[in-house]
Amino acid sequence: MLEIEIDGQKLEVPDGSTVMDAANRLGLHIPHFCYHKKLSIAANCRMCLVQVERAPKPLPACATPVTNGMKVQTHSEQAVTAQKGVMEFLLINHPLDCPICDQGGECQLQDLAVGYGASSSRYQEEKRVVMNKNLGPLISTDMTRCIHCTRCVRFGQEIAGVMELGMANRGEHSEIMTFVGHTVDSELSGNMIDLCPVGALTSKPFRYSARTWELSRRKTVSPHDSLGSNLIVQVKHDEVKRVLPLENEDVNECWISDRDRFSYEALNGEERLTKPMIKQNGQWLEVDWQTALEYAASSLRRVTDEHGAGKVGMLAAPYATVEELYLGAQLMRGLGGGSIDTRLRQSDFGLDGKLSGTPWLGMKIADVSKLNAALVVGSFLRKDHPLLAQRLRQAARRGTRVSALGVSGEDWLMTTHARVTVAPSQLAAELAGLVKAAADIRGVAAPAAAASASVSDAARRIAQSLIDDGARAIFLGAVVQQHAQAAGLHALAQELARLTGATLGYLGEGANSVGAAVVGAQTGLNPQQMFAGDLRACVLLHAEPELDAANPAAAVEALKRADTVIVMSPFKTGLDYADCLLPVSPFTETSGTFVSIEGRIQSFHAVVRPKGETRPAWKVLRVLGSMLELGGFRFDSSEQVRDEALSGATGWLPEYKLGNTASDVACATPAAVEGLQRVADFPIYRNDALARRAPALAATRDSAVPSARISTGTAQAAGLATAKRVRVRSAAGACELDLTLDDTVPASCVRVSAGWPQTAPLGALSGTLNVEAV
Amino acid sequence: MTFSLNEASRAAIDREVAKYPEGQAISAVMAGLRIAQEQNGWLTPEAIEAVATHLNIPPMAAMEVATFYNMYDVKPVGRWKITVCTNLPCALSGGEQAAEYVKEKLGIGFNETTADGRFTLKEGECMGVCGDAPAIIVNNTRLCSWMSREKIDALLDELK
Ligand code: SF4
Ligand code: FES
Ligand code: FES
Repeated sequence: MLEIEIDGQKLEVPDGSTVMDAANRLGLHIPHFCYHKKLSIAANCRMCLVQVERAPKPLPACATPVTNGMKVQTHSEQAVTAQKGVMEFLLINHPLDCPICDQGGECQLQDLAVGYGASSSRYQEEKRVVMNKNLGPLISTDMTRCIHCTRCVRFGQEIAGVMELGMANRGEHSEIMTFVGHTVDSELSGNMIDLCPVGALTSKPFRYSARTWELSRRKTVSPHDSLGSNLIVQVKHDEVKRVLPLENEDVNECWISDRDRFSYEALNGEERLTKPMIKQNGQWLEVDWQTALEYAASSLRRVTDEHGAGKVGMLAAPYATVEELYLGAQLMRGLGGGSIDTRLRQSDFGLDGKLSGTPWLGMKIADVSKLNAALVVGSFLRKDHPLLAQRLRQAARRGTRVSALGVSGEDWLMTTHARVTVAPSQLAAELAGLVKAAADIRGVAAPAAAASASVSDAARRIAQSLIDDGARAIFLGAVVQQHAQAAGLHALAQELARLTGATLGYLGEGANSVGAAVVGAQTGLNPQQMFAGDLRACVLLHAEPELDAANPAAAVEALKRADTVIVMSPFKTGLDYADCLLPVSPFTETSGTFVSIEGRIQSFHAVVRPKGETRPAWKVLRVLGSMLELGGFRFDSSEQVRDEALSGATGWLPEYKLGNTASDVACATPAAVEGLQRVADFPIYRNDALARRAPALAATRDSAVPSARISTGTAQAAGLATAKRVRVRSAAGACELDLTLDDTVPASCVRVSAGWPQTAPLGALSGTLNVEAV
Repeated sequence: MTFSLNEASRAAIDREVAKYPEGQAISAVMAGLRIAQEQNGWLTPEAIEAVATHLNIPPMAAMEVATFYNMYDVKPVGRWKITVCTNLPCALSGGEQAAEYVKEKLGIGFNETTADGRFTLKEGECMGVCGDAPAIIVNNTRLCSWMSREKIDALLDELK
């Protein structure tokens, strides 16, 4: 520990602390631009100059290590003169265009200029002008305002893991730019907007739409992934104008993904459903709520009476709230045995009833940072869990050995310990190899399913890392959950966890997939059984089976066959199979609760009033329940629903409800597959109803029209080396796509993304595809 | 414009990479850019990208270096690149006048190329021979000292 005195206050700080760290601990503010607690130290703005006893010149607080007995003054005459001098230099070339700058009102330069700037400039010469850059659809630039703090550059290098922005040229000619013709494509890019201390990088979708001081700030929780990122939604005239991170070190730190940040555009978009509608004689009519609700209630009643509740089902998105799902489950139960489920993308339900609790991360999100080793199985990590990937990236920088076993070799932009990329059908074989390797290292007999598995060097490396001391974990991603052998893969992973002593966890599919399981919204028939069976009435809550189902083609078929399909969605969707559309609130227009993948219960309020005649879904379900004269719908507030649904739990789900241990499930055996196998991902902005409808996200490279991706080797073997466009056929259907050569796709596989109407006809997410040039 | 590093360039870069510890290929970026420039005459974006790809570093990281140092040419240059030092020691000993004289003789300003593509004039940074001011360097390799008007005349005549 070192002793330091700052502005007369004494404290002790750990070795290696800087003067800035020490000042922060005392709650003293030292003006700064380039310093950021999450980024490396650049010390290039010089705003943080302070006076240090016995130092001949002022020193930058952010880069000066504390020495024992150091005495620092942050506001002495020398310090303030230095700070003012730096400010004068910074303002020399700054355009001072605050009145037309989106950053105005939340600009660090503006704020500090008030304290340290002169009221007029001594600089009378010409100012420099820097051409703006096209960084893509999300970030707008006004490069003349840049003060060259390089926060954006360091963010790319250190947090996003890819250096997309850099500082070209030198001295007065320095400019922040991308490489010629490149855009900024990171899924975390929006954070650069927050980091930029001036108005050089601002939000493109938000541009010129409000002044920051007109916006009210409201807290909420992201519905876009299982992390439960804390958000600040900024609102003007009852419209969401912008979304920013709300710092929560244990969840999202001070970041959010671009999906969290820019999806809000969909809330104000054209596709919003604002009035209830029913279909009569093939015509869609706008009706009032009373008519629509009566229609919905009587359809449900009629089908139940005629066919029995076993033919009634509800399919909800895994980002429906706890309250919505609880009442939905209540409704289905009240009808006398209707089914409800959120796991539309799943195709193997062999774990149902076999798990010790609700599948979850197996640990706190914050503990992911403390792992010594992690194996991620079957995940498009960066795109499915952008911030969890970021957390692992930081951990990897500190020495965590992150390994991957998956169906795509996509760069995770972090140092990995070992990577194994195989066709989906080979996941079982590789996992068995890992189990065998672990058993060998432990010197015990491998379980029967893995006894004859072949062990690769990579498998040994991974197994060893999972056995070595320290915290370690095995995380199962969406590919495993959606796999046709989901249960068997789980059993293998569980064996691996048992042999290595690593914790087994799930990365989770949606913002509330844990909540859904806990409140009983996965009861009765599973989605696959519903679609395969004789579904007569279906309620869709936020879900879009035409894109989200494990087999969209079969789902739509089933829905078309049903007597009634009631869509509860904020958007006009399902027009070709539904007969009743009820406009319900997206997460911004309702109070609700999500239970994140770590079991954290987070409730939120509506941030704006429901648009048009939209109503919160929990209220709609409450009315439906009462109309059908079902018991258990007497709630006055969403809080009451939540308290009943979660048995009063707040903060965290009780641990006993969570559990990843399966009993009595057989290990998967590798399936021999002939032909080209499908690798399917849900692209980051095709993953939920909101993201799909956000124009700026739709313009990113991640939203590029889907193509059939195939490795060069496989293309040659299949005689497709020169093909440009191909016809892709599955057992269910066919579509025509561009062919892209992509060597991250494993051999004998074609990657065709799901979540797009273009690829929906192919049906199942897995299986073989026939690819022919056209 | 496409560009690829030829075999000799690749071998030369690999020799440079070998001078640094494993995983530190980025340290060879300056040598890599120099070698690519020698191969191509100047550093097109494609050439910069090729070096980055070869070193497995982000293209922008190579671009930062290529645009920082003024001996890298990120615009086309003439057959002879005349760089006159105008840093302070040279400036105090006739560096600026030498530059003016070259401008007058060639009819071009700094960062310009003569119409026949023979000469490009550049303003240089200290070449470490301040005692020899004015200093001129030709094509980054031939350093000329005490560049009086006569010596400039002789030099330009010599360069065809
Ligand atoms: S663009 Fe913003 S964040 Fe990047 S260097 Fe300039 S001022 Fe800093
Ligand atoms: S904050 Fe210390 S130099 Fe920029
Ligand atoms: S100043 Fe010209 S060589 Fe040093």
